[in-house]
Amino acid sequence: MSTYTATTDADRQAMLAEIGVSSVDELFDSVPAALRLDRPLDLPAGLPEQDVYAHLRDLAARNVSAEDELTFLGGGMYDHYVPALIDMLMSRSEFLTPYTPYQPEISQGGLQVMFEYQTAISELTALPVSNASVYEGPSAVAAAGYLAKLARPGRTKFVVSGGVHPHSVETLRTYAFGFGAEVVVVPLVDGVTEWGDAVDDDTAAVFFQNPNFLGAVEDAEALAADVAPAGPVVVAAYDPIALGILKPPGECGVDVCVGEGQPLGNRLDYGGPSFGFFAATEEHLRRMPGRIAGETTDVDGRRGFVLTLQTREQHIRREKATSNICTAQALNALGGVVYLAWLGREGLVELGEVLLQRTHYARERLCEIDGVEPLHTQPVIREFAVRLPVPVQEVVEACAAEGVNPGLALVEDNALLVALTEQRSRADIDRLVDTVRKAVAR
Amino acid sequence: MSTTATTSEPLRQETAQQRDRATTIFEKGAPGRRAFVAPAVDVPAADPTTLLPQSLRRSEPARLPEISEPEIVRHYVNLSKRNFDLDSGFYPLGSCTMKHNPRLHERVAGLAGHARLHPFQHPSRAQGALELMWRLERALGEVSGMPHVSLQPSAGSHGELAGVLLSKAYHADRGEQRTKVLTPDTAHGTNPATVTMAGMEVVKVGTNADGGVDVEDLRAKADESVACLMLTNPNTLGVFDANIAEIAEIVHGVGATLYYDGANLNAIMGVTRPGDMGFDIVHFNLHKSFTQPHGGGGPGAGPIAVSDRIEPYLMDPRIVRNDDGSFDLRSGHEKSIGRLRGFQGNYGTFVRSYAYICSLGAEGLKDASETAVLNANYLLAKLGDAARHLPLAYGRLCMHEFVLSGAPMKRELGIKTLDLAKRLLDYGFHPPTVYFPLLVDEALLIEPTETETRETLDAFADAVKAILAEAADDPEIARNAPYTTPVRRLDEAGAAKRPIIRQPL
Repeated sequence: MSTYTATTDADRQAMLAEIGVSSVDELFDSVPAALRLDRPLDLPAGLPEQDVYAHLRDLAARNVSAEDELTFLGGGMYDHYVPALIDMLMSRSEFLTPYTPYQPEISQGGLQVMFEYQTAISELTALPVSNASVYEGPSAVAAAGYLAKLARPGRTKFVVSGGVHPHSVETLRTYAFGFGAEVVVVPLVDGVTEWGDAVDDDTAAVFFQNPNFLGAVEDAEALAADVAPAGPVVVAAYDPIALGILKPPGECGVDVCVGEGQPLGNRLDYGGPSFGFFAATEEHLRRMPGRIAGETTDVDGRRGFVLTLQTREQHIRREKATSNICTAQALNALGGVVYLAWLGREGLVELGEVLLQRTHYARERLCEIDGVEPLHTQPVIREFAVRLPVPVQEVVEACAAEGVNPGLALVEDNALLVALTEQRSRADIDRLVDTVRKAVAR
Repeated sequence: MSTTATTSEPLRQETAQQRDRATTIFEKGAPGRRAFVAPAVDVPAADPTTLLPQSLRRSEPARLPEISEPEIVRHYVNLSKRNFDLDSGFYPLGSCTMKHNPRLHERVAGLAGHARLHPFQHPSRAQGALELMWRLERALGEVSGMPHVSLQPSAGSHGELAGVLLSKAYHADRGEQRTKVLTPDTAHGTNPATVTMAGMEVVKVGTNADGGVDVEDLRAKADESVACLMLTNPNTLGVFDANIAEIAEIVHGVGATLYYDGANLNAIMGVTRPGDMGFDIVHFNLHKSFTQPHGGGGPGAGPIAVSDRIEPYLMDPRIVRNDDGSFDLRSGHEKSIGRLRGFQGNYGTFVRSYAYICSLGAEGLKDASETAVLNANYLLAKLGDAARHLPLAYGRLCMHEFVLSGAPMKRELGIKTLDLAKRLLDYGFHPPTVYFPLLVDEALLIEPTETETRETLDAFADAVKAILAEAADDPEIARNAPYTTPVRRLDEAGAAKRPIIRQPL
């Protein structure tokens, strides 16, 4: 077995003597005998490091990763290139191993990263208030629901676009079962959101996603303006990469903008850990969930950073807190802000424009295949859905056999949700098209 | 600062790091600088505004930094040096279990088969990941003595939310609308905050003279309107509640469920199990007992384990093993409370915690808990000389952590717990958790963990004693500490009053 303790038998004897007991067992005297586990835990024996490595490597080898196939999977997480400097910075002891910055004098590095991250998210979204991140995307949508419930007391309904990621809708429903709200989903019309008459004076919040789950760009300004007379909190989930070229939500009448941060310099990691971003208008500053870093000065007048507005938080306010969330996803948010600095002001725009061109090319080429047609014809930036003439699962399996993962199967629509990143070149897209063509023709 | 000369004056020589004033990345770089090289548009280029109409477009780029790679690296490496971290120093932070983070875990989590696995990969092509999660579930079930596990929640607080919602669903399914959740007054703040988020009402239960639940108070408050009692055992006073069987009987007697906050699981692995104590729902903090690095405040993971009667309500999707030995994700369980987040949870964390369990095995986990308790009691004993000013709040021995009261120190030496904590920074130690739990005046909650050496514990005890001796001479030294850190005491009240939460651009 491996051990990460240093205590030798001699240490133990000396320590027990210092404590004034004769055995380690005696230290557990307060645990009633009837509750003691009278056998060893039923777990395999511990292993030396090299054997654990081999076992974990064997498990990894039984997964087909983005390294092993040409993948067009998306649907919320995307295989962007993660620059090497992010690996280096995220694995530095000084960022990897500290606790939450409860002692600001020795946590200025982490606190300043949070402050910079908040600045970057405010810039991306054009919303003045960002927290230091939350768990991930879908639970950020649900957390926005709780904020809306606090902001619009007495209202009981959430109206949710059918273009919101299904995991976000399900998470919102779970949270709403707790704090009490009805979730009404309005179906998409030709790939985009139409509220119809679903929004009324009892609507605490509306939710849409941009680009939506099917990749379509929503007219955020129109969606916010449509519901303005009823006065719900307007919540939108955005793909942060698309914000390089999309009109920012803060200029569209959106009150709370959330999203999955993984595309910003974080690994796929089979779904996590990543981070969720959470930004809002000034009105909601004191209702924000989670940590917020703020600038201040020390006793000698030096610039410094602290966790601020903590009277919102659970460790101070307990049952009156604006959320139960304890920490942020500080390490993952570090990856996010470093990625945005690495892309830079022009780079984020250029990335968006390249994705826009390649995505349209891919959609056009796929739709040249007999029987393949777009699920909608709305503008798309990095992801789109096409309906197939043969069962989608069969196409996915046939492509997989050729080393191509053509995208996410949307079984209900018999469609394929195809996503691009800068790692998928024209040659890759052409290979996708050829592989899908063969699969469809079989 | 006051200009009155004190003996702490010589300590105020500005260090090199202090002279280096904070500048954000947004204040660095220059127009035109960059790191990223965009790929060429290698497809036939269309007019961008026909692909995405002008009305939907951003008019100005987001004002991100314009900066070169070397500047980015230097900026963040220098920032990192303004952090204290577990790899370089002792972190006796109570209830946080700052144990060593083995580097093996970073290596295996970084393997492409784990790190570049897409969460929507078909389960048939993610068999290694599903098997790993299935095995981790079995292991956590065994450690907790509970039959069913979901790894999904992203943090302890998220696991608590899962637990309270599961309890709510359980009662609702039986046609009961129970509205109250009992929490001891020693509870973590997340407990009451979670209860409110779940749409229920918090009722506090008192603490008895031994630091355990006041059983008579519990008996008085436990009735048919109570959904759940949330308990940590050992609790945040470092005390194992020996009345747990009676507590379980009272709670179950009124039809309520018993929730175990696993924050302090590191004290009892392989010794006793929440399932055997009668708990219905348990959450684990993989970033505490199971070594996920804290990352400066996340990521973590908060899996939960439940008893048979709670199992039907567990979150979707669940990991199942088919008869042929293959693994799958299954959703659509009729009574499930649904999802708490996207995808399958913080898988990267599962890889690390699973590797840890593989390394230690049954024997190693028990040894870890025993050593954690030994270390805590040893440090408590070493601090014995200081007990006049820092007495133990409850009992004589402790589990994996203990609470001292700084009240006599404040009264007799004129320094508060906060001052002691800040002065410890100058001695190179992270202070203990301070002012928690709330019911101990001037509390210090100390948890050394099993991975610290006896020499480190001795050095920490010596530092505390040295600070007390210093304070007996001149309390101003601690009152004005720290002196050597990148910044000194910060104006937190001012920060909250006039919030500056982003760089003005």
